[in-house]
Amino acid sequence: MRPFAKALAIGALSAALMAPTGAFAADSSDPIIIPTHNWSSQIVMSHVVGKLFEKMGNSVEYVSTDSQAVYEAVRLGDVHLEVEVWEGAFGVAFNEALKKGGLHDAGDHDAVTREEWWYPAYVEEKCPGLPDWEALNKCAEMFATPETGSKGRFLGGPVDWLKHDAERVEALGMDFKVVNAGSASALWAELDAAKRRNQPIVLFNWTPNFIEAIHEGKFIEFPAYFEGCKDDPSGGPNPNATYDCGNPANGYLKKAAWDGMKDKWPAAYQALLNISFTNAQIAEMAKLVDIDELEPEEAAEAWLEDNEDTWKPWIAHGV
Amino acid sequence: MTDAAIPAPAIATPQRDQRIGQMIVVAAVLLAAAKVALPDGLIRPPDWFVLPFADWINWTFAFLKDDLGLIYLTRAFADGVEWLIDITANLLYGKNRWPRIGPIPWTVIAVTAGVVGYALGGWRLALLSGGTFVWIAVMGQWEWAMETMSVIVVAVPLAVALGLVMGLLAWRYPRFEAVLNPVLNIAQSLPHFAYMIPVVVFIGLGPKAGAIVTIIFATPPMIRMTVLGLKKVPPEVIESGQMCGSTRWQLLRHARVPTARTEILVGVNQVIMQSLAMVVLASFIGMPGLGEKLLQLLQALRMGRSIEIGITIVLLAITLDRCSKAWAYRQPVHFERGTPWWVRNKLLLIWLALIAVAFTLAAFIPEAHEIKRRQAFTLSKQFDAGVDWMLVLLDPITLALRSFLIVWILVPLQNAYQWLPFAAVLTFLAGIGWMIGGARSALVCLAYAGLIAMSGWWDRAMITAYMITFAVIISMMIGLPLGVWASRSEGRAKIALLICDTAQTFPSFIYLIPVVMLFGVNDVAAIGAVIVFGMVPMCRYTIEGLRGVPPELIEAADMSGATRRQKLWTVKLPLALPTIMVGINQTVMFSLFMVIIAAFIGTRDLGQEMQRALSATDVGKGLVLGLCVAFMGLMVDHLAMRWSADRKKALGID
Repeated sequence: MRPFAKALAIGALSAALMAPTGAFAADSSDPIIIPTHNWSSQIVMSHVVGKLFEKMGNSVEYVSTDSQAVYEAVRLGDVHLEVEVWEGAFGVAFNEALKKGGLHDAGDHDAVTREEWWYPAYVEEKCPGLPDWEALNKCAEMFATPETGSKGRFLGGPVDWLKHDAERVEALGMDFKVVNAGSASALWAELDAAKRRNQPIVLFNWTPNFIEAIHEGKFIEFPAYFEGCKDDPSGGPNPNATYDCGNPANGYLKKAAWDGMKDKWPAAYQALLNISFTNAQIAEMAKLVDIDELEPEEAAEAWLEDNEDTWKPWIAHGV
Repeated sequence: MTDAAIPAPAIATPQRDQRIGQMIVVAAVLLAAAKVALPDGLIRPPDWFVLPFADWINWTFAFLKDDLGLIYLTRAFADGVEWLIDITANLLYGKNRWPRIGPIPWTVIAVTAGVVGYALGGWRLALLSGGTFVWIAVMGQWEWAMETMSVIVVAVPLAVALGLVMGLLAWRYPRFEAVLNPVLNIAQSLPHFAYMIPVVVFIGLGPKAGAIVTIIFATPPMIRMTVLGLKKVPPEVIESGQMCGSTRWQLLRHARVPTARTEILVGVNQVIMQSLAMVVLASFIGMPGLGEKLLQLLQALRMGRSIEIGITIVLLAITLDRCSKAWAYRQPVHFERGTPWWVRNKLLLIWLALIAVAFTLAAFIPEAHEIKRRQAFTLSKQFDAGVDWMLVLLDPITLALRSFLIVWILVPLQNAYQWLPFAAVLTFLAGIGWMIGGARSALVCLAYAGLIAMSGWWDRAMITAYMITFAVIISMMIGLPLGVWASRSEGRAKIALLICDTAQTFPSFIYLIPVVMLFGVNDVAAIGAVIVFGMVPMCRYTIEGLRGVPPELIEAADMSGATRRQKLWTVKLPLALPTIMVGINQTVMFSLFMVIIAAFIGTRDLGQEMQRALSATDVGKGLVLGLCVAFMGLMVDHLAMRWSADRKKALGID
């Protein structure tokens, strides 16, 4: 090659490398750090995403973290993304971190999430008219426990999930008292024990969730959620109170990314934007671990093997 | 442990103090009785009394972190720690980091553990330590356990070194000790979650944060034991050192530290135990391994698997405890001059031969290198069946017990605590303090309780106090008789102490699930979990107290024809009471730690707020709440230690 052409080629090449589109720029060789939490679908999904990044030639590491504190870590770049941002559970923490800066919304999954009062199937025979909330309220006494007296007990999630159940009970004038469990494990332990005793129970639950595979049940149908229900008293069945509605029946499930990810690992970042799971896929991932007893890494392998058509297009630009 | 800082007054006027104290207590009762007539400011801390400590702390932290740039320093330190963890992580489970030669086959590590056990304590210890690692490998937990170990192997030496240096400084400079002591007191009574929040802020998440939180938690006992050991060195040793013309450094290196060897090694033992106690909690901020796995499994209610991990943690703890204790009490062996080197280093040679065999095996048989999860053995089905059986058996009893306790005891008790005017509580505590330790103790109690009132968390603190009160009473009702029963013979005592060790190191999160299944999400479940943990020190110290009664006194009682009952009630128990009091004190401390963890069941006390602070990474709030808990503990600690010291003096023991 003549010197001139060579220079031109190098110039073109480096221009391509520096191209702002980033599509052709190489990803950094530093590991991408993915946080995992203590529920199986998130761990498997993190490993699926991690393995996709590895297929693209990146190195990946996982750290286990608290699911609320993680947004602070993403913001500071200690971990680089989050694959499951639930509207209901983590919307507040996510928005707060968003306001402080350092992380951003990396798109929604196809999956919709719902978090609502829920009861196991056998309760339906005992309390006719379910899943309607007024029917539930009529059998409130059935759900009473020693600590709630004659009122029914609703077993809520941990207080830091900020579900405003007590406000809803108040606004809708229900004969219920909210008792907050301290962790998801405590919720499932109670559900398990209640089923054993064939005792009526109504508790906080969400979908997609592994528990659906073990216990059948339904969400309570509250007055539908509408924009402004949480701030404006005038809407809803009670004209004088806020929170007189259920939770959104189709909440978002987002991905979040550290601001620096885009420049440091452009190809992986693009893949992250493309990635989108459905409810069925998420339930499948949870099932692989919680029912089939695979390890999360194995479950991720298995899922990738069975769903090649799904993930191939996500990383097509990078390989 | 606090009393090192608070010297007992030279002249005790117990009679007068008693009377003044009683009068103050009566005043407190009158205050409570006159509640309707009291101004609001005496019922609940008035607004002007509550100070925004949390804001001040947050402001200070922000200043330290951003304006002074402390965060760069802490992050740099953390990076250093991470570099070390990467090395051990590579060696132990083959993480892709320098030096990239791991993972070491499990057989090699198990053989090494066995030989170390043999060297320290003969065949039994060899069997225990080798067996532990075989269990881990066979149960398919190798990688998780090595992830845990990779952090502990780094954290323990760092904690020991830090503790040793701080201990030396404290021993050398009394002024430093005077500053250090209260800090240590608080550090040792602060709930774990409280200092996890600043660690997240300054260090971040991941194994390094896990290591650093473990170091912070494990160092205080090391400092204390070092100081204790150095102070106990007899002057004769120093004099003989001086006569040999040693320099100050030589004196320290060859006379003081070796003489204090036993205490220092007991400190090392404490560091190891504390590190293992942190395995599960540290996984909240990114410590990998057994703890992380355990929380995941519990989340999916897989009890059997969780119990397997619990057993591994207990086995590791007991192995490391027994080995380090054997090391502490073993005196150095000296060989005769002219012993050939292969006799002197016999064990080393045997070890080399054994690991050579293990490496060879691992090279040819993959199972000797790594046992895959799929090939592993599991007992989870059996454990699950066992838990189910227990639940079915206990369920009718607990269901009845639950409503009885809630309706007749807990709700009234909680209401009573909440009803009390805060001024009456403060007066009452001052009175108790005066009765036990005079004006000084009254002031100490008032200061601690006053600070809690000023923090603005009075109501929450009273809920914690009510749970602790009830839990401690029940722990005593179970632990004391158990201890008395176990102290009757050497054999029983050994078994009981082993059970105590197990209960203490078994990860408490595992109890939470069956407790919730039996009692439901309420205070009974939370208190139940606290009791399981809290009765351990009660039982342990009762055994130690009763077995520590001088045999001459028992003989004397025998000779005067005392029956077994008389001996117990009039000789042994009174003499053991100071030690038992230390046990009660420890029970309070353990219960305070556990009540915070019981927030994961669902409580409405300080623990619940602590959980919120952790998820919001609110340093100020977390520390204020933590300090409230710590102050409660320190107040009880002060009173119990004071009482026990006076009592010992009066009995002429110790």
